[in-house]
Amino acid sequence: MLSKTGVPTPEQLKAVKPSKERLDQGPVVIVECFQEIPCDPCYTVCKKGGFLPFEDINDLPRMDFDKCNGCGICIGACPGLAVFVVDESYSEQEALVMIPWEFLPVPEEGSTVKGLNREGHAVAPVTVKKVRYAGENNNTHILTLVAAKEFAHDIRSIGVKE
Amino acid sequence: MRILKHPILTFAKGKKVTFLFNGTEIEGCEGEPIAAALHAAGIKILSYSRFHKRPRGFWCAIGNCSSCNMRVNGVPNVRTCVEPLRAGMVVETQRNKGIIGGEFGE
Amino acid sequence: MVNKIEILVIGSGPAGLKASLGAAAQGAKVTLVERDPFLGGQLVKQTHMFFGSKEQYASERGFKIAEKLSREVEDHPKIRVLCNTAVLGCYENGVIALETKEKVVAIQPQAIILATGAQENTLMFPNCDLPGIYGAGAVQTLMNVYGVVPGCRVAMVGAGNIGVIVSYQLLQAGVGVPAIIEALPHIGAYHVHASKVRRMGVPIYTSHTVLAAHGDECLEGITFAEIDKDRQPVAGSEKELKVDVLCIAVGLTPLIEILFQAGCKMAFIPELGGHVPLRSDTLETSVSNIFVAGDASGIEEASAAMVEGSIAGLTAALNLGYGKESYQENLAAARRELAGLRSGPAGEKIRSGLARLARSEEVTY
Repeated sequence: MLSKTGVPTPEQLKAVKPSKERLDQGPVVIVECFQEIPCDPCYTVCKKGGFLPFEDINDLPRMDFDKCNGCGICIGACPGLAVFVVDESYSEQEALVMIPWEFLPVPEEGSTVKGLNREGHAVAPVTVKKVRYAGENNNTHILTLVAAKEFAHDIRSIGVKE
Repeated sequence: MRILKHPILTFAKGKKVTFLFNGTEIEGCEGEPIAAALHAAGIKILSYSRFHKRPRGFWCAIGNCSSCNMRVNGVPNVRTCVEPLRAGMVVETQRNKGIIGGEFGE
Repeated sequence: MVNKIEILVIGSGPAGLKASLGAAAQGAKVTLVERDPFLGGQLVKQTHMFFGSKEQYASERGFKIAEKLSREVEDHPKIRVLCNTAVLGCYENGVIALETKEKVVAIQPQAIILATGAQENTLMFPNCDLPGIYGAGAVQTLMNVYGVVPGCRVAMVGAGNIGVIVSYQLLQAGVGVPAIIEALPHIGAYHVHASKVRRMGVPIYTSHTVLAAHGDECLEGITFAEIDKDRQPVAGSEKELKVDVLCIAVGLTPLIEILFQAGCKMAFIPELGGHVPLRSDTLETSVSNIFVAGDASGIEEASAAMVEGSIAGLTAALNLGYGKESYQENLAAARRELAGLRSGPAGEKIRSGLARLARSEEVTY
């Protein structure tokens, strides 16, 4: 249970996963936010209408996956670092996974690092395709990782050796 | 141990000064709390309790609890977690309840 | 000589900064006293992004919010800032003694807003007094304000927001966190905070507690074990962990001694963290023109502290004749914000604490 382990259950993850059709079309957001807390910057920062308006600040985010273009601006805005982008159209075997990263070292573009799942276990190596810096005001890095498709919905962190 | 690189914060380089801790010269940054300078130098024991002589370090680090009391420039009961470090300070482990005028009184 | 002033704000954390700005915006003259050398209170140590909505600076990091608000306060012509200034006590006729620049000064404010925040609770177990056992906030201060690492391997007691956030901050400072130990059967922190540390490999042991700390002159390790529903250790579940720092994050208690001295009616409310003053919904205590805001009024979040500060500041100013025309509108907007922050499941504890406070009798000594 999420409230006991800090790890979302398969049922919770299924509920926020876009359809296979949408995932095959291109990058799309995955919002792993399951608790009603007063928070709405994902909605306010999105320029495309990918997040539906909040009626109450405690609402869980609701998505319009067709309007979402997977730009990832919400990844750096989410205070809980609970937002990710997955692009299953990348290739036959591989998908792109975009994650927020607030640690040192920041991996080099082109390097291979360990892909960690939600329990911090290494599941597969990933290549760092792109490192985007969200700016001095925010200090978050957004990493675009290339992962084997079967791990695209497990890998949410990385392990980098100094 | 001091943090040299941090993913979010930048630490201003403080002016390095030296001070004495129980007779030994230690380096710290001017203006930081004495307890932080000691901690950076690997010193965690700041005093010993009155009756059972148990070692004491800091606890709250914001000047509320008095766990960090040490004698500084002869003055006892100085809350080292908030007292700013100045060059040449004489900092000593406090082992009693703090008697003004020296260890054995006047 | 007693210096008469208009509004005294005690404490420059989020509540005190917003209270000063709220009162000064209406034209009142504010004196803000802060015992630290800098403004911002606990905000300066918060490296994570804040929740809430745009009005409460959502997505901005705590220390950046502190910089922003501190600059606004320092630049405001109606606010006089006195750092390195401690309130020594509250005397008859509402006289406050301040220690500033090694002098003691007496002032007589027409209104006081107490925004002194809270202090960390302790936990008792054998050898709980060893150097290396620190409050989680203390470790946060050492790391994020002074750039000193507390140790190499840190175990955290408490999986509330503070425990889990400080664990994450330890990881950011390059320190290992081999365990978060929580006595309750569930995690009290926002689940997203817990998920952040879990995916970095930090285990969270719910229904566990520390049995003892070990070490000769400093902490060297701990023994912790599972506990049953009666909070008794489960035999055979003991685990040893080598750590050089143990952080204790088991709750906060409001700092309200000044209100006792001032003769405010107080009540003991567990959900709010301890003794808190009875007060109106505009945060005025039972002594007229003494207000309370932020964690000193009841343990909550920085976002709520900011809004409470604004309400107290507006109302203190109104009582002195400032801001009459816009008061109702400003108050209504602040009330809506506060209600929004408290309305969801995450607000249950504060709502139930405030309800209990509304029903309570004063503490009599």
